[in-house]
Amino acid sequence: MNGNGEQKSLVERLQFIDRRIIFLFIAVAVVLPLLFGATLKEETTPIVQELFDFIEHLPPDSRVLLSFDYGPTTAPEIQPMADAIVRHCAERDTRLYMMAIWATGHNLTGSTIEETLKPEFPGYVYGEDYINLGYKAGNQGLIRLLFDDFKRMYSTDANGTAIDEFPMMQQIKNLKNFDLIVSFGGGFPGIKEWVLYAGDPGNIPVGGGCTAVSAPLLYPYYPNQLVGILGGAKGAAEYENALITKYPAYGKKWMGGMSLMMSQAVSHVVIMLFILFGNALYFILRAQRKLETGGGE
Amino acid sequence: MAARNIAGYVVLALIVIAFAISVVLKGLLLTVGAFLTLFIFSFLYKDNPYYKFAEHLFVGVSAAYWMCMGFWGTMVPNLFGKLYPPMVGGVLPALKDNPAEFHMVIPLILGIMLLMRLSSKAGWISKWALAFIVGTTAGLNLVRYLRSDFIQQINNTALSLYVTGATGFDLGATVSNIVIFIGVMCGLIYFFFSKEHKGAFGVGARTGIIVLMVTFGASFGYTVMARISLLVGRMQFLFGDWLGMIR
Repeated sequence: MNGNGEQKSLVERLQFIDRRIIFLFIAVAVVLPLLFGATLKEETTPIVQELFDFIEHLPPDSRVLLSFDYGPTTAPEIQPMADAIVRHCAERDTRLYMMAIWATGHNLTGSTIEETLKPEFPGYVYGEDYINLGYKAGNQGLIRLLFDDFKRMYSTDANGTAIDEFPMMQQIKNLKNFDLIVSFGGGFPGIKEWVLYAGDPGNIPVGGGCTAVSAPLLYPYYPNQLVGILGGAKGAAEYENALITKYPAYGKKWMGGMSLMMSQAVSHVVIMLFILFGNALYFILRAQRKLETGGGE
Repeated sequence: MAARNIAGYVVLALIVIAFAISVVLKGLLLTVGAFLTLFIFSFLYKDNPYYKFAEHLFVGVSAAYWMCMGFWGTMVPNLFGKLYPPMVGGVLPALKDNPAEFHMVIPLILGIMLLMRLSSKAGWISKWALAFIVGTTAGLNLVRYLRSDFIQQINNTALSLYVTGATGFDLGATVSNIVIFIGVMCGLIYFFFSKEHKGAFGVGARTGIIVLMVTFGASFGYTVMARISLLVGRMQFLFGDWLGMIR
C-alpha cells in the first residue's frame, strides 16, 4: 500500500526490493564459482609486469626488503600477492628481509614463511637467505629511522636473537643497502610512506601490493616513484599469471589471486545487472507517472 | 513475547549443538573461526546478540593484541632494553650485555606524560608530550610531502605529448599522456574559484567535473572489488577449510 492507501504496483514494489535479497544474490554469485573450482586467466598489465621484470632481473643474493603492512581483514586480497612475490624472489635466489610496520603484519609474516617459503623452498636457510625481523611501532618515523640506521630499531630478530649473529645482516647498515623494497598493504602506514620516507630520499626502488580500495590513490606514483604496483585481487592474479608464464611449474599449484577472480567476475555482473534493473525500474515508473499526470511532472 | 523467547532459546540450542558437532569433527580453532564469521554475517539479516558478541570480542582482542605487540615488540627491546639492558636479559638475552643508553629516559618521560591524560587533575601534562608528537610529525611530513607529493607529482605529470618508441610514433602512449595532461589541468581548473567558470574556462571546469566523476567511479569500482575479495576470502574459509567443500 502506498501513502494514499492504494495498492503498490509490481514495479513500485520491485524498486524498493529488500536489500537481503541482493545479499543473497551476491552470496550465490560468490560461492558457486568457488564450489565448481572455476578460475579466470588474467593478462598481466604493464604496471604489474614492470615489478615482475624488476625482480626477474635482480641478480642472485640481491637484498629485498618485504614489509607486511596489513592485517587479517585485508589478507584475502594481499596474502596472494605476498605469496607470489616471495615465490618469485626465492626463485631468483634473493635474500629476503621480512618486517612489519603493522602489528598485525607480524603474524602474517610468520604464516607466509611457514606456509609458502619453508615448504616450497626447503633450501632457504634462516639467517642466511631470509629473516623475520618482526614488528616495530613508529609508523613513518620508524621508516625514517631505518633510513639512517637499520640496527638502531632492529637490534634483534622476531625471536629475540641478536641481529649481528645472522650472516645476512652483516652488510646491512641502512635502507640504502637494499636493492628493492616491497610493501604489502595500502593503508597507513604503507606503500606511500615507503615511497616518501625511503624510496624518494634514498633513490631506492620501491614496489607494492595494495588493497583495491587504495590502488587509485597509489597509481600516480607509478612509474617514477614506484617500480610497479599490484592493485587488489586482480593485481595478485596478474602477478601469478606472469609467474606461471615464466615458471610453468606454478601452473599446477593453487594460486590465491586467480582463485578469487571468477567469483569477482560473476558478482560484478550481478551488481551491474542490479544497477541496470534499478535504473530501468526508475525510468518505467517515471514514464507511468507522466502518463498518469497527463505529461506534466 | 513468550513465543519470541522460546524461539531465541531454540536458536541458541541449535547453535550449541552445531558448535559441539563441529568441534568434534573439525577441531576447536576452526570451529570458533567459522562460528564467529557466521555471527558477523548474521548482521546482514538484522542486528542480533550473536553479532554483538562477535563484534565486541573482535574489538577487545584487537586492542589487547596491539597493546601486547607494542609492549613486547617495541617497549621491551627499544626502551627498557636500551635504558637498562640487564632488565630484559630474561626475555632477550642477546641484549643484556649492551651498553645502557641513558638518553632513552627522554622518551620514557614523554610516554609517562602522555599517560597523564588518564588523570582528571594532571591531564594537562599530556599536552606537552602531545605537542612534541604533533610538532615532530608535522616537521617530518612537511618536507617529505612537499618533495614527494607535490614537486615530484608535478614532475610525474609533465609528460611528453608526442611519444616515440623504438618503432617510431607510439599512439597508445601519446593518447595516454594527453589524457593525463588534460585530466590534471581540467581538475585544477575546476578547483580554481577566483575566476567565474564561464567561456573556455567553464569548458575546462566542466571537463574537470567529468574527470573527477570518472575518478570517483574507478575508486568505487575498486572498492567493490576489494569488498568482494574479502567476502570470497571468508567463503573460501567457510566452504573450504571448515566444510571441506572446496578442493
